[in-house]
Amino acid sequence: MNAPRTVPSEPVRSAVPGLGLFKGMWLTLKTLFSKPATVFYPTEKEIPLPRARGVIALDVEACTVCMLCARECPDWCIYIEGHKVEQPPAQPGGRARSKSVLDRFDIDFALCMYCGICVEVCPFDALFWSPEYEYSALHVAGLLHPMGRLSEWLKTVPEPPALEEQPESPVAEEQP
Amino acid sequence: MNVWLEILLKLVVAIVVVFVAAFVVMFAELKVSAHMQSRIGPYYCGGRWGWAHVIAEVFKWLQKEDLVPAAADGPVFRSAPMVSVLGMCAVVVVIPLSPTLVAADLDVGIFYALAAGAVSTVAILMAGWSSGNKFSLMGGLRAGAQLIAYELPLVLAVVGVVIQAGTMSMVGIVEAQTQPVFHLGSVGIPLPYVLQGQIVGFVIFMIAALAELVRIPFDMPVAESELVMGYLTEYTGIRFTMFLLAEYGGMVVMSAIASVLFLGGYYFPGLDVEWFGPFVLLGKALVLTFVIIWFRWTWPRFREDQLQSLAWRWLVPLALVNIAVTATLKVLL
Repeated sequence: MNAPRTVPSEPVRSAVPGLGLFKGMWLTLKTLFSKPATVFYPTEKEIPLPRARGVIALDVEACTVCMLCARECPDWCIYIEGHKVEQPPAQPGGRARSKSVLDRFDIDFALCMYCGICVEVCPFDALFWSPEYEYSALHVAGLLHPMGRLSEWLKTVPEPPALEEQPESPVAEEQP
Repeated sequence: MNVWLEILLKLVVAIVVVFVAAFVVMFAELKVSAHMQSRIGPYYCGGRWGWAHVIAEVFKWLQKEDLVPAAADGPVFRSAPMVSVLGMCAVVVVIPLSPTLVAADLDVGIFYALAAGAVSTVAILMAGWSSGNKFSLMGGLRAGAQLIAYELPLVLAVVGVVIQAGTMSMVGIVEAQTQPVFHLGSVGIPLPYVLQGQIVGFVIFMIAALAELVRIPFDMPVAESELVMGYLTEYTGIRFTMFLLAEYGGMVVMSAIASVLFLGGYYFPGLDVEWFGPFVLLGKALVLTFVIIWFRWTWPRFREDQLQSLAWRWLVPLALVNIAVTATLKVLL
C-alpha cells in the first residue's frame, strides 16, 4: 500500500486582499498595550519548574564509585576518584568485604551541557536534578563544583513526583 | 533685526527642534518596538523608563573609532553622512510650525522640500559606492533604484494637493485648509485635504515616503539578512550616528510634510495657530511617525521586484489618475 501522497495545499488567502496586514497591526497594537512578559531578573525571580535542570546534586552515601556517570558523560565533565577499604566480616569467620569510598567527585559546570545522562544512568540513585540555577562564578574555575558543594545541592532537590495510578496487576489477583 | 542674527536664530531653533525630535523618535522606536514584542526596552538609564538611553547611546557612538576602510574612497566616504544630514535639515526650512514660525515661506515651498529631500538619495549612493564593499554597493544600488522609483509617486501625490490648494507655498496650503468647506448653520467647517478627496493621494504619499525613508516594508537597501547593513556596512561611530540621525530626523520631517499637505498642518479647530500651532503640527507629525514605527514592527519586507512593480505598476498610474480626477473636479466645481 502506498501512503497517500500529500498535495501541497494552496496558500490561505483572506477574502479581502491585504487584510492580513491589518490583522497583524491589530495584534502588535494589542501587545503594545498589554503587560510585557519581562521578569526583572535580579530583583524579581521566576520560580523554576520542579523538574527544571538547574544543577546536579550528589548523594555521597549512595555513590558506589562505579564510574558509570563519568564514562557516559558526553563531554567528560565528571571527575571521580575513590579507593577500596576492607570491611570487617559481617559474621565471625566470614570473608572480609571491600567497600568503595569516594575521594573526589567533581562536576565541571563550565563543560556540562545539562543533558542529564549521568542522572539517568546512575544505578544507585546517587545523582539528582535540582532546579537551582544561581551559581554563576566570576572565574571559570568557580564552576567546578567539588563533592561537598554537590551534596549541598541535595537539600534543594524536590520530592520525586508521585507514582501514576496503575491498574492492579492481574498476577497479584490470582495469588489468593 | 540684523539679518545675520535672524539667520543664526533660525538655524539654532531649527537644529534644536529637529535633533530633539529625532532623539524622541529614536527613543520611541526603542520603547514601542519593545512593548510590541512584549518586552520592556531600555529601562535603567536615566532613572525612569530609561529616558536617557538614546543620549547615552550617542555618547557611546561618539567614543568609537572612526574607521575608513583601506579600499574606500576617503573623501566621499567621509562626506556622505554629512550630505545625508544636510539633505534632511534642508527640508526643515520650509516646514511651517505656525504662520510666522517658518524659516522661509517660499513660493515653491513643497517643490523645494521634495527637491531638497532627494539629496539624501545622493548621500546613500555616495556611501554605497565609496565604501569599497560589495554589500555596500548592492545596498547603495538598491537604494538608488528604490528612491528613483518612489520619488515619482511622491511628487505626483503632492500635485493633487497643489492643484486643490492652488499654491505651492506650505503656509498657503495650510491656509487653504483652514477655509470652510461647507456651513453647518452659520458655522463654517474646514476640512483637511485628506477628508477633501485626497485620501488616495495621502495613502500614495505615505507609501512613497516610507520607501524614501528606507523603512520597513521598503528597507531592502539595508536588508540585514542579505546585505549585512547595506550602504551602512562600513560606517562606525559618529558617521553611523549621523546616518541614523538623518533617518529618524527624516521620519519626523516627512511626517511633518505629510501633515502639512494632508492633515491641516498647524491648524486645529478652536486652537490659536500662533500659540498652539507648533504643538499641533508636531503632534500630528508624531502620530504619523508612530504609524511608521508601527508598520516597521508588524510587517515583513518586500522583495526587490515586488517593490519595483508596486511603484511602477500601481502607485504611478494611481497617482496620475488622482491628478486627473482632482484637476477635473477642480475645474468643474
